[in-house]
Amino acid sequence: MNASLLMTLPELVLAAGAILLMLVSAWGGQTSTRGVSIAAVAVLVGAGVALAGPAGAGGEAWDGLYRADSFAAFAKILIFAASAVAIILAPGFFERTAGDNLRPEYPVLILLSAAGMSMMVSANDLLVLYVGLELQSLAAYVLASFMRRDTRSAEAGLKYFVLGALASGILLYGISLVYGFSGSTLFPQIADAYAGPRSLGLTFGLVFVFAGLAFKMGAVPFHMWTPDVYEGAPTPVTALFASAQKVAAIVIAVRVAVAAMGPVTEEWYPIVIFASLASIFLGAVGAIGQTNIKRLLAYSSINNVGFALVGLAAGTQQGVASVLVYLAVYVVMTLGSFLVVLQMRDADGQQVESIASLSGMSRTRPGLAFALMMFMFSLAGIPPLFGFYPKLAIFNAAVDAGLFPLAVAAVVGSVVGAYYYLRVVKTMFFDEPGEVFRPVENPVEGGLIAVAAVLVSPLGYLAIPLLTVWTTTAAKALF
Amino acid sequence: MSGFPILSIMLAVPAIGAVACYLASAQAARWIALIATLVDFVLGVVLWASFDVGGAQWQFVEHAQVFGQFGWALGIDGFALLLIMLSVFLMPICIGASWEAIQTRVPEYMAAFLLTEVLMIGTFAAQDLLLFYIFFEAGLIPMYLIIGIWGGANRIYASYKFFLYTLLGSVLMLVAMLWMAHSAGTTDIPTLMRTDFPLHAQYWLWLAFFASFAVKMPMWPVHTWLPDAHVQAPTAGSVILAGVLLKLGGYGFLRFSLPMFPQASAYFTPLVFGLSAVAVIYTSLVALVQSDMKKLIAYSSVAHMAIVTIGLFAFNPYGIDGAMMVMLGHGLVSGALFLCVGVIYDRLHTREISRYGGLAINMPRYAVLFLFFTMASVGLPGTSNFVGEFLSLMGTYQISTWIALLCTTGIILGAAYMLYLYRRVVFGDLTKDDVRAMTDLTPREIALLAPIAAVVLWMGVYPESFLAPMRADVAMLVARVAPAAPPSDSRPTAGTGPRTIGAAPVAREEAH
Repeated sequence: MNASLLMTLPELVLAAGAILLMLVSAWGGQTSTRGVSIAAVAVLVGAGVALAGPAGAGGEAWDGLYRADSFAAFAKILIFAASAVAIILAPGFFERTAGDNLRPEYPVLILLSAAGMSMMVSANDLLVLYVGLELQSLAAYVLASFMRRDTRSAEAGLKYFVLGALASGILLYGISLVYGFSGSTLFPQIADAYAGPRSLGLTFGLVFVFAGLAFKMGAVPFHMWTPDVYEGAPTPVTALFASAQKVAAIVIAVRVAVAAMGPVTEEWYPIVIFASLASIFLGAVGAIGQTNIKRLLAYSSINNVGFALVGLAAGTQQGVASVLVYLAVYVVMTLGSFLVVLQMRDADGQQVESIASLSGMSRTRPGLAFALMMFMFSLAGIPPLFGFYPKLAIFNAAVDAGLFPLAVAAVVGSVVGAYYYLRVVKTMFFDEPGEVFRPVENPVEGGLIAVAAVLVSPLGYLAIPLLTVWTTTAAKALF
Repeated sequence: MSGFPILSIMLAVPAIGAVACYLASAQAARWIALIATLVDFVLGVVLWASFDVGGAQWQFVEHAQVFGQFGWALGIDGFALLLIMLSVFLMPICIGASWEAIQTRVPEYMAAFLLTEVLMIGTFAAQDLLLFYIFFEAGLIPMYLIIGIWGGANRIYASYKFFLYTLLGSVLMLVAMLWMAHSAGTTDIPTLMRTDFPLHAQYWLWLAFFASFAVKMPMWPVHTWLPDAHVQAPTAGSVILAGVLLKLGGYGFLRFSLPMFPQASAYFTPLVFGLSAVAVIYTSLVALVQSDMKKLIAYSSVAHMAIVTIGLFAFNPYGIDGAMMVMLGHGLVSGALFLCVGVIYDRLHTREISRYGGLAINMPRYAVLFLFFTMASVGLPGTSNFVGEFLSLMGTYQISTWIALLCTTGIILGAAYMLYLYRRVVFGDLTKDDVRAMTDLTPREIALLAPIAAVVLWMGVYPESFLAPMRADVAMLVARVAPAAPPSDSRPTAGTGPRTIGAAPVAREEAH
């Protein structure tokens, strides 16, 4: 019992912190926003520190419902870091946006969402998975519509909720099928059932579970909500969706695929390959016509999910490690891009989102343009930027697993994808300067952009040995 | 020199210079760039001077396993040495050519050029497969910016085309490289060069590498990015593009395709020969009808590069020596020709051939230098291109007389389009007022062109200086590929006639 408590310490810290801060914000009202935000970041840091203990690699807790291994710990660190960034960015964003203020509920909701994601990635049972996923989703629906006076934000929240509820239903249906035909919701016992005689019910359950998870990660063909929600949600929330949420959804999909459905690799394998290639190509082609930078980044995230799934399709330990490498670097690149998007302000300080407004930014805001160029080339996977390395790791895993057609198709997709990243660079560097953005003197945001830019620069390659050891250990924990 | 990391320093100098340029003012950036490239040139001279001809195959080797599965592995052989020399020689000239022509966003421009230099030297010096790929591919970013920001009217289209074409070629190569690393268990290029890959895999690997190098080279029919990129790029951009970036393709064939997949190379030789023969004749004819000077030289580059590919796939020392010499000679001569175009473009701001005429009257010094480089491009004996083309065609003749015959016509056509260009620009009457007002070469422009002219002459008169460093490497490469050489149609039937080696010069004489 005590051991189980220690192993779930990060989630307990997050949940207790969220409840406590909710009370503080209820009593303190609007004035407590700043204090609650700082406390929320502290709670996230605390949860991260708690991973150093048994929560980092302790094994099974709560009679096998929950797994605290280094695989989950790796994902949790990314999730907590991205959540903290989403909280740190918010005051600046809402301050500069007319009509809506940041309220203390915002950090509380992010904490709840983080607690849900943290539960998800450690789930060793379909119901724990479902509860975690719903906790993070419900918080996310509210966060998406946080700008109450903005119709786009309200639309995003509603759309996300309706489609998300549908996806949850699909997932739950899949879970019920799997439970009905395997007699258990625990991953190891499900795996035993899959290893036994084939049954149609189990296969259907597998398909529905993957469909539900594909919705959560925004993989094609369940991606339709992504551009609308990403566009409408407040930018810091979009950053959270594009980073932490993707990490949680992909990581749990990997866990389900390997730990629960490992014996029937050949059954989920075509699903993953289809979702992967369709995401890569649709993400790349869909982005070409976009004029809004947030929608562009939404398609970019679909595209990136596709690449991460290539690693899962490999199905090997090396493949899983490459997915983790991919996610780690992807989080840095995508958060960096959204940080730059946050700097796009017109003379009145209002958010500008059109790609055309970036024109000539290399002359009006050279530092910012340079940073965004690095993120774009990095997302496109062009060396010497560090974004190349995760793609290399993914393709390497696919080639080692003998998946040449998939690797070749994926690299061709990356060329299509390069086009729209190039378009952003072209707008910033080749076009004549347009309206000048109002400089934002926010040392925190500037500092975070600089940190992200350094991480994706060629200096990032020096982190490869560390990243390799870390992800290999994490992947080993799963097999 | 052992233990002194001269290659790393040659990479570090322009890299540091690039950062310094980016932060400096316009005039300071020009000087920083010039000094950094000159320092690199001096280091290059030191490198050549201390290169032990006939010594170890790989010299100045550095190795540090800093990136986990791949490492910072550098080292050069004779081929890499000469191509690095070409890069560091052309770079200060490019900076000088941009001294006055580039007036906007100078710090970024100089930084992009220095970055290009880092990546080119890195590509030639890399001894690790993945490190090679990183340098090879990264060169796209600065060139994309150079074409897109400082290019001509249609620069955006050209920059996209350049980027996406070359990227598509490269990513296929990446998958092949990963397979090789997986199969051989190493990413060390010297080891891979001695690895015998299974035959069925060789074909696929060869095709994947071919996709990349054929685009870079560029070979017909994937050459169409080159004229666009050249025409739109600023003068110095064209010089670097023609001078060094095009050599990456040839270097790739030399370093990867031939030694790593000799059987596949032999199997696909007819394909390479066929495409090259088409390229020579077709692009020469296209060059003949161009009205834009830069486009004409760009098409002539495609034709010259085809002479390189036939030489490389001749599977004998003549062909490979010749291919290397054409690469070096073409790098210098077409670079110089682009500079010559830049000189008059800076004065009249048009590249239309018909807008000029009679320059011999008011620009005599220019006319002389332009004539010299025109002749070098045609392949006049005594210039660098003669040596290269002669050897290359001689090597090809031993494999395929027909291809040698077809490609030799390129030299006749080359003479036609180059002399036609020269006649229209330099000779004739001086009828146009704005052309009459053009002034002759400034000391700066002479200082840019004269060193190239000197080296072109040196290569033509005493090619031994350039052949010697790579002799051992050529021998090693031939030893590796010769057993797989495709059947020849020029071998004498048993017991009849002398060795056919004397036949090639006859074909050559017809050309002149």
